[in-house]
Amino acid sequence: MDAEVRAIKTPAEQALSAAFATARGTLPGKGALAAMREGAFRQFDTRGLPHRRVEEWKYTDLRALMRDLYPLAAPPDAATRARAKNAGKLLAGVECRRLVFVDGAFAPDLSDLVPEPGLAIDSMANALSKSDPLVAAHVGQTFATDDVAVAINTALMGDGAVIRVSAGAALKRPVNLVFATGSDKPTSAFVRSLVVVEKGAKATIIESHESGDTQVNAVLELVVGDEAQVDYIKITQARALHVASLLATVGARVHFSSFAFTAGSAVVRNQKFIRFAGEGTKADIRGVTLLRGKDHVDTTLLIEHAAGHCTSREQFKAVLDDESHGVFQGKIVVKQHAQKTDAKMMTRALLLSDEAEADNKPELEIFADDVVCGHGATAGALDPGLKFYLMSRGIHEKEAEALLIQAFIGETIEEIADEGIRQALMIASLKWLGARS
Amino acid sequence: MAFLEVKNLHVEVEDKKILNGLTLSVGKGQVAAIMGPNGSGKSTLAYVLAGKDNYKVTEGDVLLDGKSILEMPPDERAAKGVFLAFQYPVEVPGVATMTFLRTALNAQRKTRGEAELSTPEFMKLVRDTASHLGISQDMLRRAVNVGFSGGEKKRNEILQMAILQPRLAVLDETDSGLDIDALKIVAEGVNRLRSPERSMVVITHYQRLLNFIVPDVVHVMAKGKVVKSGGKELALELEAKGYAQFADEAA
Repeated sequence: MDAEVRAIKTPAEQALSAAFATARGTLPGKGALAAMREGAFRQFDTRGLPHRRVEEWKYTDLRALMRDLYPLAAPPDAATRARAKNAGKLLAGVECRRLVFVDGAFAPDLSDLVPEPGLAIDSMANALSKSDPLVAAHVGQTFATDDVAVAINTALMGDGAVIRVSAGAALKRPVNLVFATGSDKPTSAFVRSLVVVEKGAKATIIESHESGDTQVNAVLELVVGDEAQVDYIKITQARALHVASLLATVGARVHFSSFAFTAGSAVVRNQKFIRFAGEGTKADIRGVTLLRGKDHVDTTLLIEHAAGHCTSREQFKAVLDDESHGVFQGKIVVKQHAQKTDAKMMTRALLLSDEAEADNKPELEIFADDVVCGHGATAGALDPGLKFYLMSRGIHEKEAEALLIQAFIGETIEEIADEGIRQALMIASLKWLGARS
Repeated sequence: MAFLEVKNLHVEVEDKKILNGLTLSVGKGQVAAIMGPNGSGKSTLAYVLAGKDNYKVTEGDVLLDGKSILEMPPDERAAKGVFLAFQYPVEVPGVATMTFLRTALNAQRKTRGEAELSTPEFMKLVRDTASHLGISQDMLRRAVNVGFSGGEKKRNEILQMAILQPRLAVLDETDSGLDIDALKIVAEGVNRLRSPERSMVVITHYQRLLNFIVPDVVHVMAKGKVVKSGGKELALELEAKGYAQFADEAA
């Protein structure tokens, strides 16, 4: 009595199968890439959408949340692209290279393609079609996982970005991948990106998702070479359904940071699979989530320390108002030979309403015997003592709360190295706070 | 008419009666010391004046300038001129002292219908006041009270008082945890703020503080009410005889 003999498929599962049957002939990529799609589809077909009895998806029952599949987005015409022209405005004040994707498809006319030494840019659709060696070498190989959301993406991946930063190059500006909605009808998009930062290179990669009534399944594969320095930032404002996976392999003596900012989103699953494959790497993996209404945001981490002498810090904060639901699942795995690993994970949820729910599930799985690892989780309301102190100085109740909430998330946002991005996210947070009733 | 009038005040905290018909008048510009043994309700009085919410007033009233303040939230009381210097100032991580001072001052001014202070005006005000209290620029940049020593926290309370210029300052055991040097700095700060326009309620367990902040009048509290009032010499008498003499009177 398990999933394999389950005869009845949900409408969304049937629609996904139908979409694959229709699109398989036209999806980019031949040979090994096409075989990989077929394999991924079979994986989905056998197991179906992940649901609450699948441990990793316990709090985000995708089978229940995804009632149906929106039609696959058509390539955007001029009018559709025009609607996405102002996408990425959250970072409007930040000097960066914008590469825009409309309904999942690369829009070169909206993108900044000014050449820069050490930087190669291609679209995933193009790279898949020509069996680009970089894509062939890395897509689907960055992090081995049997996660079904990743499998669905692999089966249906259409377009996305392929970025390569050559060894030793230091990018002058952050690269901002902007995924926007152009269609005025509900659509779905399966985007796949690959970012390869070679040995000793420096890059800031920002993945921005601003979507309307769109179902998005996004995967970004990130390969970081030895001694590189990579700041990866993901900004999500998704009004419908957004499932995103980061699959990353990080080399030796790397400085790696990851920051996820999620606000104004209906249903989001942000999963990060990160492997530290070389010694001496330092990593900061952080995130801030702001939820209200009936928002549901799930952050799921799988951090694998596969090499010794690496330090990782995971810090995630959520502010939950109304009847929102926040989920944090963080698992740190330390492999047997990864001695001297130093990993600390902390997650904190600030509940602004009695109806909001925060589920925190930190886990450590340690096979090495000489490590320093720890985790902590808190969930609670604003401290009434602090609030009284501020109010006793004349600060109004809502303003006192806003100051304390701002302080709570500011502590994490402050850690972003780039000042412009830091300020933009602080402003976005203040805007969210300002809209509190 | 007295500036602060506490009339027959009965207060409960979590169903426990703390104040039992406390009556107290503090005149305009007057410095009133409130002394009393532990558990006599001194801190409760301070919190009730400032408007802390888990204190239940079952009877009586508190009038400021002739008007009841009991229905007002703490921020409104502050705008009317009430200031409480906390016995244990709380740490507010993530909120810089400067931001805090400025937000508080401007919020009060706004409530009173006054214009906000310009940045240069505000900076000058804070710099001048801070230097008197030996508060460094570094402390002002740091989060409110975070990592401050006991003495620094108390000085920070007096700094806030000096910036906010209240009409009624309630100092709750401002001397607790201070060594003699820190006590002098704090007392000097308070004395600079003495004015015919500003009333003060100085709550203390020990007479020592009153050597530095000399009160106009001393009230003794026991078991939730004022049991004796007198001049500043009353404090010396208490120091000599202790509080035991009042244990029976209030019963």
